[in-house]
Amino acid sequence: MTASAERASGRPPGPKPSLKGSAARGSILADRAATAVLWGTGVLVLAILGGIIVHFAVAAWGVVSPSFIVGDPSDTELGGILPVLWNSIYMLGLTMFIAVPVGILGGIYMAEYAGENRVTSAIRFAEEAISSVPSIVVGLFGLILFVDNFRWGFTALSGALALTFFNLPLMTRLAEQALRAVPQDERSASLALGATKWQTIRHVVLPLAIPGLITGVILTAGRVFGEAAVLLFTSGIGTPPHYDFTDFDLGNPASPWSPLRPATTLSVYIWKLNSEGLGVFKNQIVDGSAAILISMVLTFNLGARFLGRLLSRRLTAA
Amino acid sequence: MAQMTAAYPARGLRARPSLTERTDLPQRVVFAAAASMIFIVALLLAFIAWQGVQLFVKDGVPVGQILSPTWQPDSTSPDVSFGLLPFIAGTVFVTVVALLISTPVSVGLALFLSEVAPRWARAIVQPALEIFVGIPSVVWGWLGITILVPFLSDTFHGDIALGLPIVGTVATIPGFLTGFSWLAGSLVLSIMIVPTITSVSYDAFRAVPQELRTGSLALGTTRWQTIRHVLIPSALTGVLTAVVLGMTRAAGEALAVQMVIGNSPSMPAAITQPVTTLTSQITLDMGNTVFGEPWQDALWTMSLVLLLMSITSVVLVRLINKRRMGA
Repeated sequence: MTASAERASGRPPGPKPSLKGSAARGSILADRAATAVLWGTGVLVLAILGGIIVHFAVAAWGVVSPSFIVGDPSDTELGGILPVLWNSIYMLGLTMFIAVPVGILGGIYMAEYAGENRVTSAIRFAEEAISSVPSIVVGLFGLILFVDNFRWGFTALSGALALTFFNLPLMTRLAEQALRAVPQDERSASLALGATKWQTIRHVVLPLAIPGLITGVILTAGRVFGEAAVLLFTSGIGTPPHYDFTDFDLGNPASPWSPLRPATTLSVYIWKLNSEGLGVFKNQIVDGSAAILISMVLTFNLGARFLGRLLSRRLTAA
Repeated sequence: MAQMTAAYPARGLRARPSLTERTDLPQRVVFAAAASMIFIVALLLAFIAWQGVQLFVKDGVPVGQILSPTWQPDSTSPDVSFGLLPFIAGTVFVTVVALLISTPVSVGLALFLSEVAPRWARAIVQPALEIFVGIPSVVWGWLGITILVPFLSDTFHGDIALGLPIVGTVATIPGFLTGFSWLAGSLVLSIMIVPTITSVSYDAFRAVPQELRTGSLALGTTRWQTIRHVLIPSALTGVLTAVVLGMTRAAGEALAVQMVIGNSPSMPAAITQPVTTLTSQITLDMGNTVFGEPWQDALWTMSLVLLLMSITSVVLVRLINKRRMGA
């Protein structure tokens, strides 16, 4: 073993510890064993993730095809998942439309304005509290507030608002982190030029935080996209009908563009198929849908990483 | 506000501050956005609490009855009983076993990432963990159904004898009949909470000052001795926080657990048998009950119990961290 390798392994450089004493030998053996076990945990995680990806690639083989993606669900044949996939994307869009602006504004407050006082600590407590409330309870809250009290019924809007409630703390925290990562010097320089605090935030801090903000948005999107428990009792679990995508009348509950219609998403659809357990093709449909969910999650993650890196390189080079 | 004044000297250079500045409009807007979370929590607490007490207020069920082990919510049956104990016990037991499995692995993984892994290994494992977080819970549940449940049922179908050397068989537990079981639920959860426990304990290990490591190594200890006697003790509160957060996540998870747990509303008997939890019973029954009937009111009471559990854990995390700050 070379000296540098020894240092890399965390052992002090210099003469090797004596192997003569059995206590020393025991502790060195224990150290090696521990190192092996710790490496094992890393390998285990990769093996599980790899196994999952391979499993779904195999399970979805022969199921996922263009006609599966653009077809309508069917009781008698394999059919497709277009309406539920559309609903997942639609719900994601609607939720992010509300959650991103509010989350970023909230993040601005927490990063730029919040002082060390009771209000700030109350906001932090609320942030932690919502993050730890079970998603099914947030769904029930949406049920009682939007579906029952507001008499909206099971609608995309009820679901999107419940999802916003659930994910707002995450979006706010990620936005706060992105803004805090902007060096203080940038702010001082801008203020020294006579810019007001808000001008500094708008024209200096926010642009510099864009890579972090985008990563935050995509990470939140990944969580919104797969969420099901919040939506079971807010946006409905019925199998959607055939959608006419040329119907842009937002007030018409039959239009796939309307927020005031039930919107069963892909995740909810998987849960529903599994609990009802009907249909010859149930397993294939669930495997195919799960494979599509997983690949979307992978895309979100890799996309966030890639976009964040690309943008930060652009911005720092400029 | 103190920070705002830093910007004000600029005012002197202008003819007149704009309306936005005079009214502090941006600050008001961003404050409203952040404070909306307080509003949401208050509203959520109020609504769930109100719905949760209807079982006692409107339906006249004595509060003590929820601690009974008998769940017989059907109003046509002669002995109606709203005992929530099976669900509370199920949630606690399933969560505890999940933590017992997940904590050693996750803390080991955090130690691997912070102390052992070379840069390239970290660059692979950390993104992998992020993908874990993103995998939807229905997908975990489906994996449980298609892989774990058949495996358990095929492999351990008969009675399982727990033996000790010399003493012989100590106890036998019935085998998995269907595979849908307490253990299946705990195993699925234990994987789902790995990223939570790992990332929080990783932060705790990273926060240990480098001097403690070098100091210990300079005394001639091995890396493992340093980890055991220096790192783990100094990061203990952080690891504890991680475990509490993992526990919160596990206890609140609904769909994945409901899919593999068998949903039998009786007291948990053996780890190989079906049980149920608060979240899975709510998931199953909410759609099949009528608003305002005692059965559904009992489900709202369950969600109030869940809410109180999660608020307790937030307070617990705060207390743990306060102790760390104080020490």
